Amino acid sequence: MRNICFYFRIHQPLRLKRYRFFDIGQDHYYYDDFQTEDRIRQAVEQSYLVANRTIAEMIRSSNKKFKCAFAISGTTIEQLEQYAPEVIDSFKELLKTGGVEFMAQPYAYSLASVFDANEFERQIKFHADKLEELFGVRPTSFFNTELIYSDEIGEIVSRLGFKSILIDEAKHIMGWKSPNYVYSHPYISKLKLLVRNNKLSDDIAFRFSSLSITADQYIGWIAALPENEKIINIGLDYSSLGINQPAYTGIFEFLKALPYHAMEQQMGFTLPSEYTKKADTAENLTVTYPISWVGNDKDLTPWTGNDLQQEALAKLYAVSERVNLCSDKPLQHDWLMLQTSDHFRYMSHKDPYGTNFESPYDAFMNYMNILADFLERVDAQYPTSIDNEELNELLKTINNQEKEIEELEKEIKKLRARKAAKEV
Amino acid sequence: MKALMFGWEFPPHILGGLGTASYGLTKGMAMQPDMQITFVIPKPHGDEDQSFLKIMGACNVPVVWKENSWEHVSHRLGWIMQPDEYFGLRNGIRYDFRRIHTNDLGCIDFSGRYPDNLIEEISNYEAVASVLAHQLEFDIIHSHDWLTYPAGVFAKQISGKPLVIHVHATDFDRSRGQVNPTVYSIEKRGMDAADHIMTVSNLTRNIVIEKYHQDPRKVTTVHNAVEPLPDVETFTKTQRQDKIVTFLGRITMQKGPEYFVEAAHRVLQKTDGVRFVMAGSGDMMNAMIDLVAKRGIADRFHFTGFLKGRQVHEMLAESDVYIMPSVSEPFGISPLEAMQVGTPTIISKQSGCAEILNHAIKTDYWDIDAMADAIYSIVKNPAMYKSLRELGTDEVNNIKWYDAGLKVRAIYDGVIGRNH
Repeated sequence: MRNICFYFRIHQPLRLKRYRFFDIGQDHYYYDDFQTEDRIRQAVEQSYLVANRTIAEMIRSSNKKFKCAFAISGTTIEQLEQYAPEVIDSFKELLKTGGVEFMAQPYAYSLASVFDANEFERQIKFHADKLEELFGVRPTSFFNTELIYSDEIGEIVSRLGFKSILIDEAKHIMGWKSPNYVYSHPYISKLKLLVRNNKLSDDIAFRFSSLSITADQYIGWIAALPENEKIINIGLDYSSLGINQPAYTGIFEFLKALPYHAMEQQMGFTLPSEYTKKADTAENLTVTYPISWVGNDKDLTPWTGNDLQQEALAKLYAVSERVNLCSDKPLQHDWLMLQTSDHFRYMSHKDPYGTNFESPYDAFMNYMNILADFLERVDAQYPTSIDNEELNELLKTINNQEKEIEELEKEIKKLRARKAAKEV
Repeated sequence: MKALMFGWEFPPHILGGLGTASYGLTKGMAMQPDMQITFVIPKPHGDEDQSFLKIMGACNVPVVWKENSWEHVSHRLGWIMQPDEYFGLRNGIRYDFRRIHTNDLGCIDFSGRYPDNLIEEISNYEAVASVLAHQLEFDIIHSHDWLTYPAGVFAKQISGKPLVIHVHATDFDRSRGQVNPTVYSIEKRGMDAADHIMTVSNLTRNIVIEKYHQDPRKVTTVHNAVEPLPDVETFTKTQRQDKIVTFLGRITMQKGPEYFVEAAHRVLQKTDGVRFVMAGSGDMMNAMIDLVAKRGIADRFHFTGFLKGRQVHEMLAESDVYIMPSVSEPFGISPLEAMQVGTPTIISKQSGCAEILNHAIKTDYWDIDAMADAIYSIVKNPAMYKSLRELGTDEVNNIKWYDAGLKVRAIYDGVIGRNH
């Protein structure tokens, strides 16, 4: 039986406010809440709520045959909690149907997978904790920021216990190979790779209304694929339902009709974690340099392609260890928020998708001013004049001292008590 | 295609940007194989580059019939033009211009500058145009800037050939809105009579449409370009402890020098290791010196006075940032010159060149916070400096006069086709 695996990326960038260099050291709040709220509310009203209702109906009408997975970034969960808690409730409802899965990813929708393996692990755990706290489930399949993937990333993800990871159909990796099989990591065979079908995904996200695609046509395309291609992975940005393809195009009616036509053609629906358990793998896929799901080149250049981006990323990740030594909560939160990949995308000359800045230079200036303030705060906690190892030693000493003092104090108390007892 | 162009300046003797633009454009157009350009200026010095066009001096064109021997004409004008040409042009005198003061050859003495009796010179130029229009062969008339519009209009009336005018600036740019009615009427009459109007930016195009009430279909933007510097490698940057931020241009209201001083003040409040230079002269220079003193930044703010020729490029090349906070700039060539020598630039959004530059920082002229922020960022972030320097140089090297020339040619072909 052929299976369709639908999954949706849910992420809205956190807008940074206009931050001038004379604010450095004066103002430690970096965000434009008005813009952030405006964006998330728009996404919620035009897309997320309607789409959630549609999916609930699809699950019900297909007698729970329809299934799909979600990848919600940690930063977006925070935004939803603050500005649209009804969406969280709506996801809880969906989860009860049993047809829905949440996937793991780095909390801040960051590029940590490429720049800082330790930070990457920390964020994955943090994100999984957040999901568990909200929805009571721990994710088992993995969706990296912008579907960034390489063998190295696969290795880390596998070490953390994930069995499957989603990747994109990059021409230079796949060659003649079809995305419609399950592949595996070149030297960790238990890690399965699910390859997004570019054409069928983009048909919905970008070409749905211009080609006036109907549900039976779409399922017909899938049915016409060679017999032995068993898994079709359709990955979309959730807001393409309702924003890129507005409700009036009939996108939601199209979705509602999909399960019926799929079942008519003997097709099922599946989840990333579910399918990889039972499927046979076709082959290994070797990915030496990281790929992503953006643009024609499917590489990292939209975030790391120019000098500005590399400078910003280098300065940011240089303090990773120090920040993680800190116990200052606001500082750690800012650390996450400043890692979101969108900030670097806006500095791209080539593809600054979704930017709210006038130019890549403008985005860079603003970010670097904020980063300068952030670094000063980190420096105030742990001066850069002390190197990391020395710092670790010092911290150990301080912590040990605390323990020792505690013990000594206990002893003093004991002695005093004894003395008091004697006097009586 | 033969074009008769009326201009006011031509290098090497230039007073403003008009001469540079006239030179670049004609040189770019001359690369089209069938293009013949006769460029009229009031007073040539004889050392103009005539390899790609013919320069005609209005001061050597007779407007009043005087009997002269061939020898006398040869003696007087031989150094700059053929005596036969003089006699040929003399046959084109059809009107009585004896009211104008002329010399022994029947020619008018032009200053070729911007004298107090500018309006009189403009109308004398018109008289010269009438002689040329009768005697020369051409397919199209092209007038550069308002000083030459009346000449172009008169030549059109006589010859019946189409007229295009090239708006390098309007009086609205020069005066921050306080227009001189005489100048405005000359500009407006020229635009009304023209078959097509070319503007150096969309900013100027909008002014022409809105303030001079021209039909938008008749107005096309042809952005200026910049001539490649032949000796670009000779301009080098000396290693210094302090970063240098430069303003270079006329210190007048139009150029927004006070915003530069205020931005400098902002930057110096937060950081040292930066010096500011205001190069050029103008009627606001003393006021700027006062302002610098009042802000208490005179130890880090320097005035150089007027720079010319090679000094301009040297100053630009030595700078870490070039800034042009113009309040209203029809195009503005100097940021492109700064980028040629690899200097990052900050320009106001109210400048025409902002429309074609990506690798320059753009701010509103009044937004001193944004300006200060940009200065700070370039001097403090090597990545920012490097990006702007490298990508900016690439960008400016691809802005070519040849391409601007092709656009002008397309407009020529359009108006000539319409007239036949």
